[in-house]
Amino acid sequence: MSARDTILGRLRERLDGPLAAPACDFSVVTGRGWSHEERLRRFEDKIASVHGEVIHTDHAAWIEALISMLADKDIKRLGLGREHPIAQEARTALADSGIELTDADRDIESWQREQFDSLEAGLTSTRGGIAETGSLWLWPTSDEPRRLSLVPPLHIAVLDADAIEDTFFDVVERHDWAGNMPTNALLISGPSKTADIEQTLAYGVHGPRELVILVRH
Amino acid sequence: MSVETYTPQAFHRQAHDALGNPQIRANFRQAMDGLMGKRRDAFGDWDVETLRELGANIRLRALAKLPDLLEQLEAKCQANGIKVHWAEDGEQACEIIRGLCEARGAKRVIKGKSMVSEEMHLNAHLEAAGIEALESDLGEYLVQLNEQTPSHIIMPAIHLNTDEISDLMHAKTGTERTRDVDYLTAAARQQLRERFMAADVGISGVNFAVAETGTLCLVENEGNGRMTTTVPPVHIAVTGIEKVVEHLRDVAPLYALLTRSATGQHVTTYFNMISGPRKPEEHDGPEEVHLVLVDNGRSAIYQDDELLDTLRCIRCGACMNHCPVYTRVGGHTYGTTYPGPIGSILMPHLQGLEATKDLPSASSLCGACGEVCPVKIPIPDLLVRLRKEAVGEGRGNVAGAGAKRNRSEVLAWKGFQWLATHPGAWRASTGIAGKLRALTPAKLGPWTDYRTAPKPAATSLHALVKRHRRDAKQEGKS
Ligand code: SF4
Repeated sequence: MSARDTILGRLRERLDGPLAAPACDFSVVTGRGWSHEERLRRFEDKIASVHGEVIHTDHAAWIEALISMLADKDIKRLGLGREHPIAQEARTALADSGIELTDADRDIESWQREQFDSLEAGLTSTRGGIAETGSLWLWPTSDEPRRLSLVPPLHIAVLDADAIEDTFFDVVERHDWAGNMPTNALLISGPSKTADIEQTLAYGVHGPRELVILVRH
Repeated sequence: MSVETYTPQAFHRQAHDALGNPQIRANFRQAMDGLMGKRRDAFGDWDVETLRELGANIRLRALAKLPDLLEQLEAKCQANGIKVHWAEDGEQACEIIRGLCEARGAKRVIKGKSMVSEEMHLNAHLEAAGIEALESDLGEYLVQLNEQTPSHIIMPAIHLNTDEISDLMHAKTGTERTRDVDYLTAAARQQLRERFMAADVGISGVNFAVAETGTLCLVENEGNGRMTTTVPPVHIAVTGIEKVVEHLRDVAPLYALLTRSATGQHVTTYFNMISGPRKPEEHDGPEEVHLVLVDNGRSAIYQDDELLDTLRCIRCGACMNHCPVYTRVGGHTYGTTYPGPIGSILMPHLQGLEATKDLPSASSLCGACGEVCPVKIPIPDLLVRLRKEAVGEGRGNVAGAGAKRNRSEVLAWKGFQWLATHPGAWRASTGIAGKLRALTPAKLGPWTDYRTAPKPAATSLHALVKRHRRDAKQEGKS
């Protein structure tokens, strides 16, 4: 008999008989009823508390906010997609800026070393935010692959203020995650960190050292 | 690589050594005090009890449907392109993983944190087959450099302080000696990035496996889990069969409980949900994803209504953070993969009570573990149950039941039981004990190391009460 059948057999022929499944009441993780302002305030408080840097801007001016932020941080090489409107707008605006734009939509095998060693920042869109925990949710695509938000030392995420919802549970339910799971779905809350050396917080242990969120109103 | 060895059989000696080591005691005391405070704050504005109730019910519901959910998980994973493997024990699981590595000609494996892989001694197994297995979680990396095993399930290097880590990294990797944690972290980042690029296979654990969607969820702060599951061409996830949950929505409350209970964080940096290998149109991610489902004693625990609760565990570590025994003796003392209260209720099933008979007794039964457990496992009750099993007074369905049974102890208790239920004999014997009190020994083994030996009273309480009543009666008369 295979290991599979042995294990399943043991579980099915349980000594103390079948178990009853209890009902689960999820009301404690939903129904916050926060206003737009409240949501925004909570989102910012929470993500700032884990070292996320929030920059408020409006839809018309977000590109200027991006450009001045890149200048402040002295970014010379930026990785980004090509199809997402955010990537397209950024490409147009940064074409003559002197910042080298790196296509992220290439098979990683052809540029692994380059991505690890010389990319200074990655720009991605986000699907939304979560107020309760100060999280971004991303479903990486072929245009903005998984590693764009992971490998470069700076991750710049663009988030629409209207796309912030109250709780993780709300997001999973309202957007029917269960019916649409991509190969990789992510919640990101702040830059990479560790407290493994005597409980002292240090950022950027494996992933980005900094996370900047451009919140568009 | 030689790994420093602690064994559960030597629990008492190891505890004695740890208690005599002020450095270890200070490191754990400080860390655990911090963690307890952070947990309290993190649940501050929550209805914790309702959330714990929900967490417990979700885990119970999953266990009630366990065989069906495992089949559903397998079918969904397969439909998503994830290959599923089953292992009855750690040895089989190691063999499966070695086989997968060899099929790819893999020589270098990078690992994300996985307690199941520790449980089955995967690293040693792979190394014996000539495959290098490198830990990438910073704490695990340090512990591996130090040729040790983790001393805590969430913070593997909690027993080391900054100076010790600085010396270790200096000796093993040539970094500067410094107390600058940012420098040490950046150095490790640099060292490990090269290893991620060079790795042929990435091996990770799983926090929750979702049957409904065939999704593997990983909770982490560092990003090494995302690296491990994204950079190498092959990802192998290994998990215990109890980690499955029914619905995707079930992970929201469990995740909220896990991060707050473990480290007092309202959320971790990453919640990484993997539902398949790289698709043809995608540009990164592993070409192959495997899931290894490991039983290793879990299906035996599953048989018993009371012991079943052990399987609700989401491995947050809160029970050890709040345990007065763990805080004083540290994680290595237990000599097992999982230390502290969860280890004391789980390891007897994994290693048998012959080896682990002292663990269920390594508790004052103060109840703190049961009070903080996010899925409401009645840990103290389970400790008592395993104590009974150890002395052969339980159901006898735990491997090694009766290993601690001691004939003279059994006889002594039988004798006491008889005396205490026969008033005449009881009075006679307490009377004699009172008369012979001068003869009772002043030394009673370890008990009298820090205490004076008890002496029977010259007059028993029983006799005193009797005399008091008689005197009172006479006073009333006069
Ligand atoms: S037994 Fe409870 S408190 Fe202990 S690790 Fe498991 S879930 Fe956490």
